Amino acid sequence: MSAAYEVVIGLEVHVELKTATKLFCGCANAFGQEPNTETCPVCLGMPGVLPVLNGEAVSLAARAALALHCEIHSYSKFDRKQYFYPDLPKAYQISQYDQPLAENGYVEIGFGEGKRKIGIERIHLEEDAGKLNHIGNRLGDATGSLVDLNRAGVPLIEIVSRPQMHSPEEARQYLTELKTILSYLDISDLRMEEGSMRCDANISLKPSDYTGSLFDLPRVEIKNVNSFRNVQRGIEYEIGRQKERLAQGLAIVRETRGFDDASGTTYSQRSKEEANDYRYFPEPDLPPLVLSEEWLAKQQHMMPELPDSLRAGLLQRGVAERDVQVLVQDPDLYRYWQQAVAEFSDVRQVTNWILSDYSRLMNAHSLSFAAPTVTAKALASLLRLIESGTLSGKMAKEVLEAMFESGETPQAVVKRLGLIQITDQDAIRDIVSSVVMANPAVVKDFLGGKDKALAFLVGQVMKQTKGQAKPDLVNDLLREVIATYA
Amino acid sequence: MAIIDWDAYDTAQKVQSGEVSALECVDAALERIASWDSVIGAFLHVDAEGAREKARIMDSTMTREAKAALPLAGVPVAIKDNMVTTDMPTTAASQILKGFRSPYNATVVERLVRAGAILVGKTNLDEFAMGSSTEHSAYKVTRNPWDTERVPGGSSGGSAAAVAARMVPFALGSDTGGSIRLPASYCGVLGIKPTYGRVSRYGLIAYASSLDQIGPLTRSVRDAAKILHIIAGKDPRDATSIDASSVSSEVGPVQIQNVRIGLPEEYFGDGMDSRVRDKIDNVLEQLRSMGARLVPISLPHTRYAIATYYLIAPAEASSNLSRYDGVRYGQRVVGQDLVSMYESTRAKGFGHEVKHRILLGTHALSAGYYDAYYLKAQKVRTLIRQDFENAFKQVDLIVTPTVPDLPFKLGEREQDPLQMYLTDIFTVTTNLAGIPGLSQPIGLADGLPVGLQWMGPPLAEDLILSAAGRLESALTLPQWPMLGGLDR
Repeated sequence: MSAAYEVVIGLEVHVELKTATKLFCGCANAFGQEPNTETCPVCLGMPGVLPVLNGEAVSLAARAALALHCEIHSYSKFDRKQYFYPDLPKAYQISQYDQPLAENGYVEIGFGEGKRKIGIERIHLEEDAGKLNHIGNRLGDATGSLVDLNRAGVPLIEIVSRPQMHSPEEARQYLTELKTILSYLDISDLRMEEGSMRCDANISLKPSDYTGSLFDLPRVEIKNVNSFRNVQRGIEYEIGRQKERLAQGLAIVRETRGFDDASGTTYSQRSKEEANDYRYFPEPDLPPLVLSEEWLAKQQHMMPELPDSLRAGLLQRGVAERDVQVLVQDPDLYRYWQQAVAEFSDVRQVTNWILSDYSRLMNAHSLSFAAPTVTAKALASLLRLIESGTLSGKMAKEVLEAMFESGETPQAVVKRLGLIQITDQDAIRDIVSSVVMANPAVVKDFLGGKDKALAFLVGQVMKQTKGQAKPDLVNDLLREVIATYA
Repeated sequence: MAIIDWDAYDTAQKVQSGEVSALECVDAALERIASWDSVIGAFLHVDAEGAREKARIMDSTMTREAKAALPLAGVPVAIKDNMVTTDMPTTAASQILKGFRSPYNATVVERLVRAGAILVGKTNLDEFAMGSSTEHSAYKVTRNPWDTERVPGGSSGGSAAAVAARMVPFALGSDTGGSIRLPASYCGVLGIKPTYGRVSRYGLIAYASSLDQIGPLTRSVRDAAKILHIIAGKDPRDATSIDASSVSSEVGPVQIQNVRIGLPEEYFGDGMDSRVRDKIDNVLEQLRSMGARLVPISLPHTRYAIATYYLIAPAEASSNLSRYDGVRYGQRVVGQDLVSMYESTRAKGFGHEVKHRILLGTHALSAGYYDAYYLKAQKVRTLIRQDFENAFKQVDLIVTPTVPDLPFKLGEREQDPLQMYLTDIFTVTTNLAGIPGLSQPIGLADGLPVGLQWMGPPLAEDLILSAAGRLESALTLPQWPMLGGLDR
């Protein structure tokens, strides 16, 4: 009776904020430095040190909260979460427990009719821990561990969703949309592979006749999965595993599980019984965080236009729904599109060229629209060459590739390759005539009603003109010439 | 008068005027320490060469004008060994920090040095400032200069004894539940615990963060004002430090007849040593004769203060002391694996009283007990604070005995922690309320010092110091302790 369960998923997402300095000291917040070079007595947890809150981190966190439609509390406080581990120098993490910065927001997933809100329970600020580098292979058989505290004290926000997702696909949609929204705020690098965005997933199976609290359902947490794809895979595997256990009459144990990328499976890390008692209590070294109306208004004022509004704008301008999704998902791509449209107002043309030919080139070379090799301005002048009839679409593709390789303007490429479209009717007519003469059978087919035959003839003409003949003109002349021969 | 008899005020003035050199002052202190610290045991570390070198540099490189700009020019100072210093080890009197050298100086140390003071050594304390007798040091026993068979009080016992024995004109202590005022009272010196936030805690090894406060131990009221003026003030590295107008460096003239002094009935009940009571009664009579209006008041939640303190302080301590895990600094005992390394390091590194409080605090914060212990204690703390707010609507200041009894004998209370905890009964309330408290010597009873405690509203240090200054000038105080009958 596997159909008798509803899948319930909640996600906890950690996002590192890209502030200049760490959350509670003046050390640089920089990734990839020599171990322990970005440290000071405060983030090393030396005796006698005290934390001082970084205002920039609060500001970035507040922007995230506003973008996710949360209520920002004018009064919140910090707490100590206590546990022993070598990457945690003070043996407690300064976090926010019962009075977080923000609560009660949502993320909208899906499109059009299928749109649905996934609730955000809370967003709180906390400091990151350091990193352990194990000598040897894995933790199990390591001969020692080296502690790198460059990351200790880097500001994080934790975004906790409500348990309102019901499939691995929805979880992935939520994460994608969350990342899209955050990427417009420019508050984090959002790189899962570098750990600047991390995700834990909570999964329960709810019997269809269950009426109790979701909180009381046995729930499994999959920790620290390193990509959206793997979050989806982990959840998929976990649903299957839990269903199987239930089918065998076995109970689901509340536990934390890890995800193994190679096998696509999850494995038990820690059961609830072994779970830490974190002994949270208010951080006495930091006064409560009190935010004024003026301060909040200022943050609101600094908010950029967000994906929802951008999508509405694109639809209004006639961009197809599918293209809208793709364009908005990447702020750099969207900015590029905006610049191109400002230069060349045919929205459909611009969108097509960016999303098909140019994106293909960028993807093939793993490049980002943050640093486009062909500027939006150059792309627009290429489109103008098509519009004026100087280049055919096919020629333009060739020019774009050359622009991509060399960084030249389209005019320079056209000149270098001698790629001017032939619009001289007489010159083309001669070639058309010779093609018609040379292919009597095909002409016959065409006359017999086979429209496809004409395409073959067009192809032949284009071949002889090295693609420089204007296709519309070739088409017209072929029909004209054939008519005279018929 | 010899150099060692001068207070910081006189010492600085004579160095500034050129009457003595900084080196002479430092030498006098070092000689005194060399002669007597084997008896008293006030110091955990003395940096004789370093101190002399600094004095020589001051003498040889500074003009009279430059020295005149230093309010503590050439004044030797001792620092309780729970404040970090780069020039000397900092141990908090614990094995776990044996040999630890801090990479930075505490803000108070920076401020004193900038004012011209010369750091001669680090003083003994109860391990991590947990105790009332300085018997809980991992390194040595400190003896009371008035009777070397007795404790100096704690936890700043080393600092109080060093000042009383004239080894230094003044010292810094820290006070979480009475740790400045209690040893000040027992050793016959003056000690002030400022308003919470008045003095930066940056570089003070935390015991209970919401209660800890640094303050001076001195031999005169004017020194207390002078030192407090120098070390107080907002510190960008301590988010709990407050931005208030500073304490005045001079003791202001106050007409005591304008002052309403509250006498809380809860502090004058049974259980007070009759010899202490007699001394206190005499002083109250004196204040009355000077024109002060003595007003009976009530602080009804006082009786919950010790219980409240011994929940909040250990809870915070259990967290603050977690960082001593053997991973990055201090002592490490190697184990089979990570957990056994933690366990052995902490088992060996911490003394009994520290472990006792870590256990208490860990329990108070545990899931299922938090509401009943820690949260309830916080609520009572609020009530205690409100007691004072109400009282200060009726009176300007409050006076009480600092301690209900006289210094006890070494070892006398070691087996009875509860009795030991009750030593703090009159001092913990100011820490819980965050208000300032000062202990002032008022004379001897059976040859042992008795202290009077002044308490005031937040930021009322100036008024407290002025009132204490008036009383000081009216009292005839004994000269110096006899250091076990051996000194002149």
